Amino acid sequence: MGIKFSLLVVAALIAVVFLGVKVVGMYYVFGVIIPYLAILTFVGGFVYRIMNWARSPVPFVIPTTAGQQYSFPWIKQNKLDNPSTTAGVIGRMALEVLLFRSLFRNSKVELRDGPKLTYQWEKWLWLAGLLFHWSFLIIFIRHLRFFTEPVPGFVHLADTLDGILQVGLPGIYLTDGLILATVTYLFIRRVVIPQMKYISLPADYFPLFLILALATSGILMRYFIRVDLLKVKELAMGLASFHPTVPEGIGVMFFIHFFLVCTLFAYFPFSKLMHLGGVFLSPTRNMPNDSRMVRHVNPWDYPVKVHTYEEYEDHFREKMIEAGLPVEKE
Amino acid sequence: MKIYNANKIIPGLIIFLGLITFPMWYNMGKAAPPPEIKFDTPVIQQMAVKQCVLPKADMRTGHMQLLNEWRTQVVRNGYRTYVAADGKEYNMSLQNECIKCHSNKTQFCDQCHVYAGLQLGSVPYCWTCHIAPKEAK
Amino acid sequence: MATVPKPNELVIDHKPPQTGWMDTPVVFRPGTWCYGAKTKNLKALDLPNPREWSPGDEDWKLPENWKEIILEGIRERLEKYRSFKIFMDICVRCGACADKCHFWIGTGDPKNMPVLRAELLRSVYRNDFTTAGKLLGKMAGARELTMDVFKEWFYYFFQCTECRRCSLFCPYGIDTAEITLMARELLNLVGCNIDWIAGPAANCFNNGNHLGIQPHAFKDMIEFFVDEIEAVNGVRVEPTFNRKGAEVLFITPSGDVFADPGTYTLMGYLMLFHEIGLDYTWSTYASEGGNFGFFTSHEMMKRLNAKMYAEAKRLGVKWILGGECGHMWRVINQYMDTMNGPADFLEVPVSPITGTRFDNARATKMTHIVEFTADLIKHGKLKLDPSRNDHHRVTYHDSCNTARGMGLMEEPRYVLKNVCNNFFEMPAGTTREQTFCCGSGSGLNTDEFMEIRMRGGLPRANAVQYVHDKHDVNMMACICAIDRAVLTASMNYWVPGVGITGVHELVGNALVMEGETERTTDLRGEPLAGMEESEDEDL
Repeated sequence: MGIKFSLLVVAALIAVVFLGVKVVGMYYVFGVIIPYLAILTFVGGFVYRIMNWARSPVPFVIPTTAGQQYSFPWIKQNKLDNPSTTAGVIGRMALEVLLFRSLFRNSKVELRDGPKLTYQWEKWLWLAGLLFHWSFLIIFIRHLRFFTEPVPGFVHLADTLDGILQVGLPGIYLTDGLILATVTYLFIRRVVIPQMKYISLPADYFPLFLILALATSGILMRYFIRVDLLKVKELAMGLASFHPTVPEGIGVMFFIHFFLVCTLFAYFPFSKLMHLGGVFLSPTRNMPNDSRMVRHVNPWDYPVKVHTYEEYEDHFREKMIEAGLPVEKE
Repeated sequence: MKIYNANKIIPGLIIFLGLITFPMWYNMGKAAPPPEIKFDTPVIQQMAVKQCVLPKADMRTGHMQLLNEWRTQVVRNGYRTYVAADGKEYNMSLQNECIKCHSNKTQFCDQCHVYAGLQLGSVPYCWTCHIAPKEAK
Repeated sequence: MATVPKPNELVIDHKPPQTGWMDTPVVFRPGTWCYGAKTKNLKALDLPNPREWSPGDEDWKLPENWKEIILEGIRERLEKYRSFKIFMDICVRCGACADKCHFWIGTGDPKNMPVLRAELLRSVYRNDFTTAGKLLGKMAGARELTMDVFKEWFYYFFQCTECRRCSLFCPYGIDTAEITLMARELLNLVGCNIDWIAGPAANCFNNGNHLGIQPHAFKDMIEFFVDEIEAVNGVRVEPTFNRKGAEVLFITPSGDVFADPGTYTLMGYLMLFHEIGLDYTWSTYASEGGNFGFFTSHEMMKRLNAKMYAEAKRLGVKWILGGECGHMWRVINQYMDTMNGPADFLEVPVSPITGTRFDNARATKMTHIVEFTADLIKHGKLKLDPSRNDHHRVTYHDSCNTARGMGLMEEPRYVLKNVCNNFFEMPAGTTREQTFCCGSGSGLNTDEFMEIRMRGGLPRANAVQYVHDKHDVNMMACICAIDRAVLTASMNYWVPGVGITGVHELVGNALVMEGETERTTDLRGEPLAGMEESEDEDL
């Protein structure tokens, strides 16, 4: 159900832009207005979501300690998986964000007769996830060549590294293949693994299909249904420099690709894709395990009803005296 | 509205927004129209019918694929002759055919390649083997 | 009470059902849910909606506006806890957590996958607190809060032991323990706790400990163990109670006072303190290390935990020493100072024997006994005869909370390796930070819940089975009072022949005390290795 629905939505998006551009000729709408709206939605939505999270305090220190604590000098602390200092937390977060440390722990349980359990090596999700995210980032950086003039060195670098194979003309990008392969893998595992299928929502399929369509349209445009890149850059530069213009004669493939990316941007802040920002704010990862060393203050702390020693002694005084336990009031 | 851990979250957010909106402030509002492609070489000016091997639009989007195909035909298959749609025959050679007309590499090739964000010297790598035409500066 | 199927009759099917999870109603089958909180216990704690009810009933006797109360409760918690908001928002359902939960492994019930357990709450969150959920409804994974949904919450959030194993594997650190904590707070807003939590919490609040042991009885019980120790080695230890001016206040879970095999661990403490001449006192008021308030709500956790510092202040001790317990230490490490500190009336703990300053407890002023003992052994202050544990072939079970809520991993191993000669680790992936829950944590260690407890105990038991088969392991050490109680049951069920011990029971066995007579038995009265014959002769 989720699959069909999501596919339908992505197909509808493509149909909309195709009709809008090809039939109705709304070049300015799809070339300028929607892109601006999308980026505005993205920035506004992203800021809103982060600020909304920031409005709630972190009352307690709740890191998941994933290694030996800070203890005696003769016991080696696991400073990255159970950090007790800010530097350690930065290290832990860097591992988490750049290398998906936690996902790397993944294993797979198998139930055999007996019942007997085995735990198997399973790093495919980690590998696919990591390659997918890094590919996305490199593709994103590569695309800056259309939005900058002169093109900065790091964009060239991304481009050169990504095209290092120097196969074909235009040269194929490693990330193009990787993103297709990993998105496909991420989709297939959702369908093939019964548990994954059971938990998947339309909101899980939709971004996968969207990104798949996005990457496919980009690849088609680069190798098969080619468009005039100079005009594309003119359009992109117009947007980036706030002098929007839509040069005539850009193929519809470009508008499909562009509209899909706009959809992704606009959809981003309102979806699970916000894990991009959320992972930085996750209290089980971004806090040092130092709560026995440094007092953490809960901003909304309030007094609670306790059972005081006085009340306790009042209740048990005679029994305590009889048992020879010291009391405050004889 | 109280913001907690603002000293970390707000700088982080600003850095992120800075990165994501990089093109907007990097270009500082300067539009960059594409370079004008120059066809004013002596050879082209003398041509009666100013016609390349393919229509202009196709050459703009697909010249690299055509050149790649030529390279394969010549180097791997030993064919040297290309027959255009209008029946005219061309020698499949960058140095001996293309450059004959388009002798202004800097203006004809490089300008656009730079604008499209290609890194001259490595992409496209035509000139790592071929000798670039001498141009009068 | 429902009977539990035998291990080989237990059906575990990891295939999810044909119907989607929103359309699969929960069935309250006996053995899979805990009894509801009794009127008197809710009253004792001033908790809302005290009444006689049973989760097995159709009518849960909720207040008419229960739905408003719950939704308002969600709103309030979203504002108070960033963790809650983030964890509601950023899950991508990657499924990495799915097979990490002991309850899922043991039941195959898809709603025991951490991701789906969270979705039970997340779906309602989406419906009432997000635009997408309001607009798209079920398509956005949203659903309305109904009585069936509410009952499902009760069933599955009291089928999570807050062990945090899933949070270890989550790429965003989403912690189901945190979500379960919130859900249980919500359930408590309309009086839907389980009695096994509400009862001990009420006892603890009024009498000082979960078991409701009154002060005179508490003293009696500990003095009983003084006699027991004397019977083993002729040394008479002299504990004191509620003594002002002692250097150290010692607090341990009351389970150790009450039931085997925790009591042997308690004997180990008494012997150790006597041997090193520690100036310490017990308290009958703060006679509970554990905190079943933690399983109820943050507020209840604070209410029960308050006694530790209050009593330390009243008695004028310098610092607090804490016994072997799991969730007790998550509370002390991650909550106590924030909730009931600052403990500026105490001093940074310094071992009077070795002079070691426990720098890692400089704010809370509370040290773990395993840290304390490890330091004693490292400095050679204890005379140990590990051969007295030679009749045991020992493995070690990390408690969830000391592992993933603190990081106490090497210290207990160091102590164990010094007090016994035969120590074997369970397979990697089942120990340390990846340790498996006993299956009965977070207040679910009640008899009516036995089937699920045994199912949840399977992954741990299976790892024990491995070392039992391979190394003849016959004893599993742990540093958690709930572990000691429930793993005994779980081992009897899954791996008969493996006993459970506290680390300090083994310390007590190995500890060579001044003036002691030759020991022929361990603290349990079982013959030491090589002493079996002399036992026979005595007969």
